[in-house]
Amino acid sequence: MFSLSPEEWTAVGVSLKVALVATAVSLPIGIFTAFALARWRFFGKTLLDGIVHLPLVLPPVVTGYVLLLSFGRHAPLGAFLADHFGIVFAFRWTGAALASGVMGFPLMVRAIRLSIDAVDRRLEAAAGTLGAHPLWVFLVVTLPLALPGVLVGAILCFAKALGEFGATITFVSNIPGQTQTISAAIYTLTQVPNGDVGALRLTLISVTIALTALVASEVLQRWTSKQYHPIE
Amino acid sequence: MILVDVSLKFRSFELAVAFSSEGGVVALFGPSGSGKSLTLNLIAGLARPDQGRICLNDQTLVDTQAGIFVKSYRRRVGFVFQDAQLFPHLSVRRNLMFGRWFSRRGERAIDFDSVVATLGIEHLLERSPSHLSGGEKQRVAIGRALLSDPQVLLMDEPLAALDLERKLEILPLIENVRDEFKVPIIYVSHALDEVARLASKVVVLSAGRVTAIGPPGQVLGMTDDGLGYDRFERSSVLTARVEAAKSHYGLTELVHPAGRIWLSGLAGPPGRELRVVVKATDVTVATVQPTHLSVRTILGGTLASIETDEGPLATLTMTLPGGDQLVALTTRMAVQELSLRSGDQVFALIKTVALDERARTRRG
Repeated sequence: MFSLSPEEWTAVGVSLKVALVATAVSLPIGIFTAFALARWRFFGKTLLDGIVHLPLVLPPVVTGYVLLLSFGRHAPLGAFLADHFGIVFAFRWTGAALASGVMGFPLMVRAIRLSIDAVDRRLEAAAGTLGAHPLWVFLVVTLPLALPGVLVGAILCFAKALGEFGATITFVSNIPGQTQTISAAIYTLTQVPNGDVGALRLTLISVTIALTALVASEVLQRWTSKQYHPIE
Repeated sequence: MILVDVSLKFRSFELAVAFSSEGGVVALFGPSGSGKSLTLNLIAGLARPDQGRICLNDQTLVDTQAGIFVKSYRRRVGFVFQDAQLFPHLSVRRNLMFGRWFSRRGERAIDFDSVVATLGIEHLLERSPSHLSGGEKQRVAIGRALLSDPQVLLMDEPLAALDLERKLEILPLIENVRDEFKVPIIYVSHALDEVARLASKVVVLSAGRVTAIGPPGQVLGMTDDGLGYDRFERSSVLTARVEAAKSHYGLTELVHPAGRIWLSGLAGPPGRELRVVVKATDVTVATVQPTHLSVRTILGGTLASIETDEGPLATLTMTLPGGDQLVALTTRMAVQELSLRSGDQVFALIKTVALDERARTRRG
C-alpha cells in the first residue's frame, strides 16, 4: 500500500521540479515587483498591481487558456521564444512551471510587499546619508529586513505551485513524465477503476510535502527574527 | 564652510532660510514646526527646495537655477536622527562600519578606534542595537555618522528623546566630538541648554523664517525669538570663564565682563569657558549697586528695552559689557516705581542657588 508505483514517483518528481523552478524563477521578479509597488510612484502602477493580482481572481482555467494563447507553439510569444531562445513551453514541464509560477506570483508579491512596507524608510534614508547607493541600500538594508516576508512569499508560491491544477492542465495538458504533477495524477487516478489506493498514496505524499514546507518556513522565520532580536 | 539659502512651500507651510557656517557648531533653534528639521533634511538631500542654493566647502549641493541637485548618498553628510535609526539586523560594530563600506579609502580621515574611545562604546561593539539603552543607541548613531567621514555632521534633536541624566552624559561627548574631530556640526534643537552649551552660532527660526543669527549670548533669550515660552521658560545665556574654585564653600567663581558670577558646585579648571543659563524669573534688577544682601552675583549693564503690555509683568532686557543679553522679568509696578527707562545703568542680581552645579544647564 505504501510503495509508490514508478508512474507515481514520476508525478512526485515532476511536481517538485515544477514547483521549485516556478518559485526560484519568480522570486527575483517577485521581489522587484513588490519593491516597485511598495516604494515607487510611476504611471500605470494601479494597472500593474491589477495584472499581478489577476491570476488570484480569474478562474485558473482562464489563466491557463490565456497562457496557451500567448505561449503556445503557434502563438506569437511562444514562437518567438522557441525560435530565438529555444525555450518551448507548450506541453513541456517548463510550461507547467510557467503556469504554476504565474498562479503563485500574486501570493508571493503580496507577502513580500507587506514586509517591504514595514521597513522604516528612515532606515533607508540613514543608509543613504552614510553614502550607500540606492541599490546597496536595497541589498544591505531593505532586503535583509524584509527577509521574513520574502521567505513567506516563496513558501506560499511553492505551495501554490505544488497544488496548481486548472491553469496547468489547460495550458500543458496532463502528460505522464512531462507535465503530470501530483494533482493531475490524483485526478487521473480517480477517473480510472481501482485508482483509489494510488490517489490516496499521492494525497499523503502531497500532505507531507506541504507540511514540510510549512515547518521549514516556520523554522526559517524564527531563525531570521532571531538575527534581529537575539533574546526576544 | 556651509552656505544655505533656500525656500520651500509645502501645503500651508513656507520655509525661507538663509545662514552660513564657518565651522564649529551652528544651532538651528526654535519651537517645533519652525522648520528646523526640514532645513536639515534639505542640507542632507532628503528633501528638495523649491528655490535656492546649498554649498558645502567648494561643492554646490543644490542650485535650483543651475539645475544642480546632488543625491543624498553623494553628499557626505553624517546625519544623526532623533531616534538613532540604527540598523537592527547589524551589530553595533557593523553599524559603525556601515559608512566605511561606501567611502573611498583616501577620504578616511577619522580613525575607528579614536571614535569608539571618544564615545565610550568599546564594550558595546558586538551587541545588537536592540540591546542598547536610548543613550547608548544615540552614541552609536553619532559614531556611525562620524565614521562615514562626513564634511558636516547634521544632528536632528539627538537628545530630545533622552532623560536629563542621559542628556548630561552625552552633551560632553558631543563637545568632545566637536573639539577632537573638527567636523562642522549643524545642530537642531528646541532645548536652550543644549544650544547654549554647544553652539558657537545660533540661528533662531520661527514659522519658517530666521528671526535672529548670532552668538548664543546675544540671541538666546531675545524677546522676539518667537518661542512663545511662558515666563518660567525664558532664559538668557552668559558666557564666562572659570576664575577659581572655592572648594571650601563648594562654589565656583566665574569672570564675566559685567562682573563675577558665583556658581554652586565645582565647574572645571580655571580658564575653562562656560555658558551659564539664567532664568529670567531668577533675575532681580536694582538701580544702585546694592550692599548688605546675600546675593553674590551682581552684574552691571545698560537697560536696552522694557516691554510691557496690559498684564502685570514687564520684560527687561539688559545689554552687558561683552555683548551678552540678560533678560529679567519683573512687574509693571516695579518699572513705574523705579522709573526705569531704556539706556539706564542698572544692576542685575542673580541668586547663586539659582545656578546649580550643572552649571551650563537650565534646571528642569
